[in-house]
Amino acid sequence: MARQKNEVIIIGGGIAAHTAALYAARAELKPIVLQAASPDQLSLTTVVENFPGFPEGILGTQLVENAKKQAQKFGAQYVLAQADSFDIKKDYFEIVAGKEVYQALTVIIATGAAARRLDVPGEDKYFGRGVSTCATCDAAFYRDREAVVVGGGDSAMEETLALYKFAKKVTIIHRKNEFKASKIMQERVFSLKDKIEIIWGTEITEVLGDGQFVTGLKLKNIKTDEMSEIKTNGLFLAIGHIPNTKIFINKIQLDELGYIVTDKKSHINVNGVFAAGDCQDHIFRQAITSAGSGCQAAMEAERYIEKLKADGKV
Amino acid sequence: MSEVTLNDENFNAEVLSSKTPVLVDFWASWCGPCKMQEPILEEVAALYQGKNIKIGRLNVDEAPRSANRFLVMSIPTLMIFKDGRPVEQMIGVQDKNTLINKIDKLV
Repeated sequence: MARQKNEVIIIGGGIAAHTAALYAARAELKPIVLQAASPDQLSLTTVVENFPGFPEGILGTQLVENAKKQAQKFGAQYVLAQADSFDIKKDYFEIVAGKEVYQALTVIIATGAAARRLDVPGEDKYFGRGVSTCATCDAAFYRDREAVVVGGGDSAMEETLALYKFAKKVTIIHRKNEFKASKIMQERVFSLKDKIEIIWGTEITEVLGDGQFVTGLKLKNIKTDEMSEIKTNGLFLAIGHIPNTKIFINKIQLDELGYIVTDKKSHINVNGVFAAGDCQDHIFRQAITSAGSGCQAAMEAERYIEKLKADGKV
Repeated sequence: MSEVTLNDENFNAEVLSSKTPVLVDFWASWCGPCKMQEPILEEVAALYQGKNIKIGRLNVDEAPRSANRFLVMSIPTLMIFKDGRPVEQMIGVQDKNTLINKIDKLV
């Protein structure tokens, strides 16, 4: 018995997925959004100051929640489920999520990216016991404690500023001798010398603990190879992201870093599949570019379905 | 059984002295991922309505002593308590299937 196929399935739960859902819903494609439990990047951030239209800034969580509500208002249907597999069939696509099987004429992949781990001893053991990837979630636990942030981009600056409000001291450890964060974020960090220290040209080689919590880190100076130790209660990881594209390996074209390869119109190397947001972008990774690519993907999905209908294929 | 709101005052009675296992979600209003956990937990609670498990939420801002006592340093943290002891701990947002598997193993 033939299962009724959806026109569009969107995999993801961030601003790219919600924007794609909004556009697809308004195009009356009745999108189903499979939203996994892994947090999107905006849910991990504080105030977003660079999304146009919000002169006072808007909380990242609020922005994604609003976008989801807006998509739901136009009929997008959300299912809280992790997509476990993706398969390309003869004239449709099949996604298994939990115990459910979904079939769709088009798929928009907007699975985002997850925080990269250091991959050093002690990191897994103390995850949630001092090691964290979300300062906005966990900063409040560091009242009168010390914390280390590792990284040099905007998210490292943001984690530092979130911790600064609570912690006795925040130390940033960075492999290079300069940050790649935006000027405005760097200046904010540099202006708070009272509680912020920066250790340049150094990497973390081990997370130390007392069996229960993080107590310190082993460090290595990259130039001199000199080893040292630092005492700390927490380690916040802000060393970049890895795209959530595991289920698409060997199914669609990924680049050497695992990001989905897209063209200017959000198409990928498989007809009928489109990609948007951080899973296909390691250059910009902004809320606005993610939303923009979600919009493109949905408009192209609509065009693709119209063509299928015009050709009498559905 | 719907979700129980836990605090420092009722934690002993509702969780540690509970005859059935209790799944506790440690959360806070300023935590984005905690907001993602909430609807998932609601679905799980609906699924186990009338079954042999209690599901509760504990706001770490309002119940700091209980959060400290069970060494919560990262949220969301979900713990399952059985016979007055934590027997399962999960850090970060957990999907429905993971929660169902953990609960079914214990109940």
